[in-house]
Amino acid sequence: MQHSTITLKINGKEISCQKGMTLLQVCRDAGIYIPTLCHDDRLEPYGACRLCIVEVKGQRRPLSSCTTPAEEGMEVITESDNLIRLRKSVLELLLSNHPNDCMLCDKTGACTLQELAYRYGARYGKYMGEMWSLPKKEDNPFISYDPNKCVLCGRCVNICQNLVMKGTIDMTGRGFHSKPDTAFGKELNPEICLFCGQCVSACPVGALTEKQAMGKGRALGAKRIKTTCSYCGTGCNFYLNVRDNKIVNVTSDYDAPVNKGNLCIKGRFGYEFIQHPDRIKTPLIRKHGVTDTSPDVMSDPQRAFREATWDEALDLVAKRFTELKEKYGADSLGGFSSSRCTNEENYLLAKWVRVALGTNNVDNCARV
Amino acid sequence: MAGLANSLGAGAASNSFNQIKDADVLFIFGSNTTEGHPIVSLHVHKAIKNGAKIIVADPRKIELTKYANPWLNLKPGSNIALLNGLIHIILKEGLQNNEFIKNRTEGFDELKETIKNYTPELVEKLTGVSKDKLEKAAHIYASAKNAMILYGLGITEHQTGTENAMAIANLALSCGHIGRPSTGIMALRGQNNVQGASDMGPAPTVYTGYQYVSKPEIREKFETTWHVKLPTAPGLKSVEMFDKAIEGKLKGIFIMGADTGQTDPNLNHIWKAFESIDFMVACDIFHTHTTRFADVILPGASFAEKDGTFTNGERRIQRVRKAIAPIAGMAEWQIISELCTRMGYPLKYNHPSEIMEEIAKLTPNYAGITYERIEEEGIQWPCTTKDHPGTTTLYQEQFNRPGGKALFISLEHKGSGEVPDNEYPYVLITGRRREHYNNGSMTRRVKEIMEISPEELLELHPADADKLEIKNGDIVKVTSRRGKIHVKTKVTNRSQAGNVFLAFHFDTTVTNILTSAYRDSIAGTPEYKSCAVRIDKL
Repeated sequence: MQHSTITLKINGKEISCQKGMTLLQVCRDAGIYIPTLCHDDRLEPYGACRLCIVEVKGQRRPLSSCTTPAEEGMEVITESDNLIRLRKSVLELLLSNHPNDCMLCDKTGACTLQELAYRYGARYGKYMGEMWSLPKKEDNPFISYDPNKCVLCGRCVNICQNLVMKGTIDMTGRGFHSKPDTAFGKELNPEICLFCGQCVSACPVGALTEKQAMGKGRALGAKRIKTTCSYCGTGCNFYLNVRDNKIVNVTSDYDAPVNKGNLCIKGRFGYEFIQHPDRIKTPLIRKHGVTDTSPDVMSDPQRAFREATWDEALDLVAKRFTELKEKYGADSLGGFSSSRCTNEENYLLAKWVRVALGTNNVDNCARV
Repeated sequence: MAGLANSLGAGAASNSFNQIKDADVLFIFGSNTTEGHPIVSLHVHKAIKNGAKIIVADPRKIELTKYANPWLNLKPGSNIALLNGLIHIILKEGLQNNEFIKNRTEGFDELKETIKNYTPELVEKLTGVSKDKLEKAAHIYASAKNAMILYGLGITEHQTGTENAMAIANLALSCGHIGRPSTGIMALRGQNNVQGASDMGPAPTVYTGYQYVSKPEIREKFETTWHVKLPTAPGLKSVEMFDKAIEGKLKGIFIMGADTGQTDPNLNHIWKAFESIDFMVACDIFHTHTTRFADVILPGASFAEKDGTFTNGERRIQRVRKAIAPIAGMAEWQIISELCTRMGYPLKYNHPSEIMEEIAKLTPNYAGITYERIEEEGIQWPCTTKDHPGTTTLYQEQFNRPGGKALFISLEHKGSGEVPDNEYPYVLITGRRREHYNNGSMTRRVKEIMEISPEELLELHPADADKLEIKNGDIVKVTSRRGKIHVKTKVTNRSQAGNVFLAFHFDTTVTNILTSAYRDSIAGTPEYKSCAVRIDKL
């Protein structure tokens, strides 16, 4: 990687950048808008959608900015009547084989095609021709695939092959009949698919959607809370989308330092436990005289426990620990902390054991 | 993490995940990265695309062996022999980094003496890995410009776990592959906040930031901030607490967010300890094999119900944010504060950010951390002042040991605590599967995940299946010296002949009834990765 700085002119303004960057990267860094459908920061430029075209002085035809390296002294125009006309035509061609279904589409409000059509004033019906009428694929628990909505940007195929390196899907068929699919249209199953949902995160339209989130409301109007995954120690960030105090789904945070919008099956699809009916909802105190500790207690806690208020439970815990400390000494007590809890909670647990119980008998599950 | 701390000075990964893609050699040791850390494996994939060479050391034919050349298919428990063997070849052929060894390390002469005996012939016998593969791996690693080691629990979950980690450090140090970007040692942490939980000092001999309880000036610092006289005697490790419970000496325990009753080894022992305790409090979000023994269960809050921070496997302190209200009304930081207050030591925090202020005040590595600074992007410790940018690569100038030099530690092969014999002829390796997580209390409650991965399966090699006349899908009895379980089989060549594999994600197939009582003598980490079992067809 070379680090020499070059200067070029974009829309009449001088801009400096690192040599080796593409025009699209330079423009985005400088806050200059360029539309894209097939571009994904996680992937090598692909140059399929032709929406990111720009005019470069001295070039007869517009160039795709995602694949054109910035060069010293270049003069670039990112928006002109001609470029707008060309982009609008591309969008109208895409719409000519796209269901006019935004009203009912889960992706409405988060769909790049819809956003671009709005921006460039592209409508259905400019070009009339044959339209796909393909069956939806609902053959697995996680991902719904409506090929009719596919714009053939190639991102799903690209991410599955080049980043996940699984190769579950590829472009199949030819010409008008080409579309992303598994080999021989085989159903998605654990033998061929990791169910990481990376394809869903790459899809700019409503072709690939998450089944778990269906019908729970669209992205628009949901509260987006950026947080850190609670599964393994990689530290991926993502957004929890919340509506009416219910978690709707997890979506990618493309700026996340470690994962850049990538997630695995657990991070992306493993959130249903949060509001699962099995959650323990009140403090529980063992019923007087009941010694049952069998595994059956897990599925039927009422055999051994009764519900209590926080006050009653916390008072009891404080009282019993104080009694044991007085009777047997502080070192007869201990606390066990958790790699699942926050730093602040681990700090506090250790503090509580040391200041209130009065012992160093405190450990965490990191060693096991 | 005691291993890396002894050798290098810090019990943490030396480098950053984003540097993986730029390494020209990746040595993946005891980590099924694509399943255990799927997003780290994407960084590995980028490196592969960039032309990196991959060496895998793992007894199982994990997915990454597809890209590995060579795959070092070592016998479980032979990590030290393998690493000593690689260093032997490196020294014999003069591939070591003499300048680095001279300027930045100590203890090399002793290491050289020990390594002498680990000839490729002996190591082939101890590890089962052919001489050719050993030589190839040694050459590739030593000749790399930037080589990075990724290791997982296949290193640490052995009775020699700490020593295994030090053996890894010996290899990196001998070639000088540490202290620069895209080199070093990435210890992949199993749980979201293993690093943070270790950093925060819920540990018997250290406070936050690994500051020793035994040092009077440190203790005084904490006493001044906490306004209380603190105990001086070192505490008990978790495993020791359970031993003491059985002896009748530990009377009360508070277990927060851990399902020891399913995820610890040798569970009959743990369950007996739980039964022996006078008063046991468990704090969890679901009922588990731990909560069923409790006297009081306090409902916990999931990560979505609280503000706070997690520290990831590259020392990055990142925000966790409250998306919904705590389902049972309180998060753990509030529960502990309440409890502490009710025991006569008032703790009043309005928000977890105030707790972080206190942590930063007491902990040099976290001194520069505030919620404001990590609002957009987390910072990697050490971050020692409010304008310190954080640290992506450790040890660039010196190691965190007295004198600033790293230490070679001479180690001998010991093997596993329990080895197969006539009665228990198979080695059981335990680990994780991609779809599930630890005790499974979370992932088993995602119905879509249960559709694709509904039950535990014993991985068995076709040759062993033939010998035992077991067909794919048969239910078998797996017995160890400590207990038995029934489980369905999956005949696959993923496990090598003689080894079988189980995960521990199901509360109905409790794998850890089988696992062994052997522990690392230094860190106390149990030997999950190897115990002897018998398999009987039912």
